[in-house]
Amino acid sequence: MSLMHVSSPHVHKPVSSVEQVMRQVLLATIPGVLVLTWFFGPGTIINIVFGSALALAFEAWALWLREKDYKTPLRDHSVIVTATLLCIALPPYAPWWLIAVGIAVSVLLGKHVFGGLGYNPFNPAMVGYVVLLVSFPLQMSSWTEPRGFGEVPGIVDAFTALFAASSYDAVTAATPLDLFRQNSGMLFEDLMQSKLELTGPIAGLGWDWVNLAFLAGGIWLLRQRIFTWHAPVGMLTALTICAALGYDEGSSTGGGSVLFHLFSGATMFGAFFIITDPVSSAVSNKGRLIFGAMVGILVYLIRVHGNYPDAVAFGVLLLNFAAPLIDQYTQPTVYGTKKVEADE
Amino acid sequence: MRQIFDIHGGIHPPERKDMSNPGWVSDCDMPSKLVLPVTQHIGAPARPVVEVGDTVLGGQMIAEAQGPVSVPVHSPSSGTVTAIEARAVPHASGLTNTCIEISLDGKDEWIDCEGLDNWRDETKAALVERVRLAGIAGLGGAGFPTAIKLASDRDGGIHTLIINGTECEPYITADDTVMQCFAQQIVEGTEILAHMVGAETVLLAVEDNKPEAADAMRQAAEALEIAEVVTFPTKYPSGGEKQLIEILLNAQVPSGGIPADIGVLCQNPSTAIAVRDALIDGKPVTHRITTVTGMSLKDPGNRRVMLGTPIRELLETAGFNADSADRVIHGGPMMGFAVTDLDMPVVKITNCVLAPTRTEIPPPQPQQACIRCGMCAEACPASLLPQQLYWYARARDQEQLERHNLMDCIECGACAYVCPSHIPLVQYYRSAKGSLREAAKEKLRSDNSRSRFEARQERLEREAAAREAKRAARKAAAEARAQAGDDPVQAAIERAKAKKAQQEAEQ
Repeated sequence: MSLMHVSSPHVHKPVSSVEQVMRQVLLATIPGVLVLTWFFGPGTIINIVFGSALALAFEAWALWLREKDYKTPLRDHSVIVTATLLCIALPPYAPWWLIAVGIAVSVLLGKHVFGGLGYNPFNPAMVGYVVLLVSFPLQMSSWTEPRGFGEVPGIVDAFTALFAASSYDAVTAATPLDLFRQNSGMLFEDLMQSKLELTGPIAGLGWDWVNLAFLAGGIWLLRQRIFTWHAPVGMLTALTICAALGYDEGSSTGGGSVLFHLFSGATMFGAFFIITDPVSSAVSNKGRLIFGAMVGILVYLIRVHGNYPDAVAFGVLLLNFAAPLIDQYTQPTVYGTKKVEADE
Repeated sequence: MRQIFDIHGGIHPPERKDMSNPGWVSDCDMPSKLVLPVTQHIGAPARPVVEVGDTVLGGQMIAEAQGPVSVPVHSPSSGTVTAIEARAVPHASGLTNTCIEISLDGKDEWIDCEGLDNWRDETKAALVERVRLAGIAGLGGAGFPTAIKLASDRDGGIHTLIINGTECEPYITADDTVMQCFAQQIVEGTEILAHMVGAETVLLAVEDNKPEAADAMRQAAEALEIAEVVTFPTKYPSGGEKQLIEILLNAQVPSGGIPADIGVLCQNPSTAIAVRDALIDGKPVTHRITTVTGMSLKDPGNRRVMLGTPIRELLETAGFNADSADRVIHGGPMMGFAVTDLDMPVVKITNCVLAPTRTEIPPPQPQQACIRCGMCAEACPASLLPQQLYWYARARDQEQLERHNLMDCIECGACAYVCPSHIPLVQYYRSAKGSLREAAKEKLRSDNSRSRFEARQERLEREAAAREAKRAARKAAAEARAQAGDDPVQAAIERAKAKKAQQEAEQ
């Protein structure tokens, strides 16, 4: 026999790999994607399938350009996670070029220019999203009407929208956050009752269910120990506190209720699927708590006082800049470096 | 019940301890040759005191301790010294070391061992010296000379003695077996240790996956009033000295310090027995109980082995199927190192020889990119940030490595165990620690030469100043004389003139 020279430890946790982590994140998006599909039709699923295929192609191309082994990284599913997260954030029934530009920016500029998986300082999906948001505001704000409000498009509509956008007659509606942003003069309670889009049980037709579904997926990931509770709890707590402080019994210029903020737009999706991206966030638990809390504060401020209806992407990118600074001040206390006397 | 505490992190790898049938021990067949390294401990190598061709008896010292941090080596049986040369020895470095080879005659004749009738009458120094001469070094796996630990005279002394029977490494059952079979001897040895260091409390620590061992220890501990058996939940690496102290005492050993700094001494159960045997029976360390296990063995179990027995023979007596294994591990699967040569011997620190099959412990998977998931930080018992240490180790950023307390890493391997990217983190840390130590040495060297240089510079300046002062003084004196009218130059000229005039006058 020839003796293998390997360093300790010799054993490894069974079924633990990057691929496994990524697969669990993908699985956890399923409830949210299904609810999105129920309310808005198959657009999101089509986005994801088309976007993932493109993302794999871009990843392979980038790896080939960088003269890297392109088989193993393609199998780690990380690029599919990026594509899926971006495509969930995009409006359903987006034209193919919008998705293509977003994926290209995410994969090439968000990930590979920095050195690929593990080296990106910014969340790649959010890089792609923000580039699209500032470049194509019209397409990016065209959300379909939710089920219960209007006709939900079918599969044929979805493909028409994807590949022949000009012949697709989009029926779009403002999202609850859009209406909230555009509101002038109506009391919050009146606003919530004035429009059919806003008559969901908590925060607008469809959207509260979407948020609940992503919350469920997120809690499952938490239980699978894919990430710790710190970033999501930090963000949701900060958002709750901000909304509670800013709530003025619902005047027309007020900040909206706590539940409205927690269950609108990308709150839960952001809290459990975006800010938990480990690569671009802070590293220690304390750091991640601060990271999440700062995102929560930014989300509230931009939603209520900024120019965009939602703000998870901006909040995350801004905090990605701050992550190394947070790391600098949140190093955990190492064994033996704090003074504790024996209890004898 | 004594309150116990939790440590940060930790993992639960499959234990696989039943395989080696803890609680039973059998003698390993006597090999024909023994290979005894002169270094089986941490510290200076022992110096051989026999020559090739000498006949030796069991228990005879064949290499003596050299310097304070060193222990002697004794022959485990009778025979003839047939070689003293460099051989492969069990060490993570894979380097060779001087070994004394003894061909056994099979008679197993021993020297007369003289124990102490009443060790309580002896001075501490005399007891420590006996421990030292018996060649005792931590038998749990670290191999630190026991006499040094016992002799250390720190402020405050030792209040708590911990007998560490945690044995948290998977597979290994040597301590478990020793505790089940020799509980009484452990307690006798513990009593001596507690007496030597003046401990008021003795904690016999056993993980809760070894109930038989805990029961045996409890029964035996009735003979020692200050002793208490403490069990605590199974978690790796609870048996790390620092971790165990935190579990039992809720105290932390200061960074860079040793348990004695907070008045604690830890010893392995087998070490306690060795101390007992050395003082009561006068016997040196020549044998140990080693777990021989792994699925490529037909007959795994715990063996009483002569030190120096080649690992190959130990494996063969356990029915080793070499075709099914591609590595043999000295120690446990978490912290042990791969054996590079099956002819290397069992030594004082060999608590386990593990021969897994290829499917049991598969070859390492290819390393993937670190995604900073933080699972390593969740597992680290020292509360380090392994992912950051990894990046800094790769960047050779020594300042950040120090700032992130790399030196407090105990190399337990919990981080690498959970890493989804299969990064051999511990390997990076070992290498980075090596360069930090090297840098510290380099700094010490340069500090020394700087202070030498500065001292020299100061001395030269001092001498120059002294010379200058002397010159100035001479000059001042000369000037004073000149002013007083007796210019030496003028006087010399006058003298020369006078001499010349005299000569002319004589002619």
